[in-house]
Amino acid sequence: MYSNKVIDHYNNPRNVGSMDKSDPNVGTGMVGAPECGDVMKLQVKVNPETGVIEDAKFKTFGCGSAIASSSLATEWLRGKTVDEALAIKNTDIVTELSLPPVKIHCSVLAEDAIKAAIENYKNKTSPRVPEQAHA
Amino acid sequence: MKLPIYMDNHATTPVDPRVFEAMKPYFTQTFGNSASRNHSFGWEAEDAVEKARKQVADLIGATAKEIVFTSGATESDNLALKGVAQMYAEKGNHIITAATEHKAILDTCKRLEKEGFRVTYLPVQQNGLVDVEQLKDAITDKTILISIMHANNEIGVLQPVREIGRIAHERGVLFHSDGTQAVGKVPVNVLADNIDLLSISAHKMYGPKGVGALYVRRRNPRVQLTAQIDGGGHERGMRSGTLNVPGIAGLGEACGLAKKEMAEEAKRLEYLRDKLKDRLLASLDEVYINGTMEHRLPNNLNISFAYVEGESLLMGINDIAVSSGSACTSATLEPSYVLKALGAGDDLAHSSIRFGLGRFNTEDEVDYVAAKVIDVVKKLRELSPLYEMFKEGVDLSKVQWTAH
Repeated sequence: MYSNKVIDHYNNPRNVGSMDKSDPNVGTGMVGAPECGDVMKLQVKVNPETGVIEDAKFKTFGCGSAIASSSLATEWLRGKTVDEALAIKNTDIVTELSLPPVKIHCSVLAEDAIKAAIENYKNKTSPRVPEQAHA
Repeated sequence: MKLPIYMDNHATTPVDPRVFEAMKPYFTQTFGNSASRNHSFGWEAEDAVEKARKQVADLIGATAKEIVFTSGATESDNLALKGVAQMYAEKGNHIITAATEHKAILDTCKRLEKEGFRVTYLPVQQNGLVDVEQLKDAITDKTILISIMHANNEIGVLQPVREIGRIAHERGVLFHSDGTQAVGKVPVNVLADNIDLLSISAHKMYGPKGVGALYVRRRNPRVQLTAQIDGGGHERGMRSGTLNVPGIAGLGEACGLAKKEMAEEAKRLEYLRDKLKDRLLASLDEVYINGTMEHRLPNNLNISFAYVEGESLLMGINDIAVSSGSACTSATLEPSYVLKALGAGDDLAHSSIRFGLGRFNTEDEVDYVAAKVIDVVKKLRELSPLYEMFKEGVDLSKVQWTAH
């Protein structure tokens, strides 16, 4: 039912933890809902000089595939620039973890979490402008 | 102790070796058709069937003539509901059941609705039990049948069947009970409990799969059914088809053993179940028991471990066979409708585990399961953003979630 990679991430999740949400260099994304059975919190710490993600952390409430998707995402995020991170697609995660069709939503959630974390970081570094743009 | 440990005895039970012994002769030696009236092969098979019929009847306080053998409780439920609905259609078209019934009842009711019957699905209280006053209010002049299960298959709660049966009889309504989980585990007596039709399954009480029975009352009142399977007129015309003689012999033996051993076994299972419950509650915070402990099968424990998703928990305890109410473990991607009916909230439904202890579970196994579950829940809570927020004092019900 689970691929060896999913089982490995479940047994040895990478980069579990939390960073200070108020740090201006930390972006936090939280997606999903408890009543849907999965919530992912993903954080990136960006070097403001280089735009490179120096650290990534996650915590996930969800099935094994959701845990593996977010664990894998943190591995991939480290060392990438913010723009490179935004290019990560859920289908990359599906392929890497050999997720079955019923678990594709886990990979979608991980992609959403990456985007939410980076958007949060961008909002912090250029306050107000993006907010108005979104309005 | 051997791994994996089987603790999913509400799904099915292993066949008791004594039951298997009782079945053996009817495959290769005494293989006759119990309907063959003119030779010894048939007579011997018929003797076996009639012995089993008596054993089933004795366990539930019925007479042998009131037992109809079927392929299992799903068929028994179908026969009871459709058989009564069609037979008594001129008297009325209204059926009352509950939201937490097994799918064999609910889906049968849905089909009857399509055929023009009206069905009331009673909600249950937070403890999982039907509100008897609400049931009384639901009865109309058109009500022909009330179907309320004896014990629930997920949360193990025991419905007040005796009271429900009394009300049904006062109002001249037939009372069917799905006894799949209860018969052989707790005392069930069709006379004392005022039951007119009772569904029974063999494989939930250490008998074989593919065989069950329906008790159909013959006196006060005499219940009639429209047959759902036509053919040779077996089982007094209520269920045609050559009888599954080895299966029926197994069901009979399973009932005989239950009658002898049920009281003692219930005590042992209750002790083990309570030990498991107490250890989990002592070592973990934010643990919720689903359904009342007061009126419950002795072998059932259904617990929600808040902030931990059920499927990920099952993955961590993969050397223990249990079930989860989590959507991820079901084909429909919907969390358990039984837990939802308790008003527990979908999040707690996603976090639930059902432990079903059985005749062959040992105390060592219970100790192992408790330790393992505690360990994995703690590990997953370190991973859980919800547990972190809870610990920070965030009110999760006030958080704006991004539903997807």
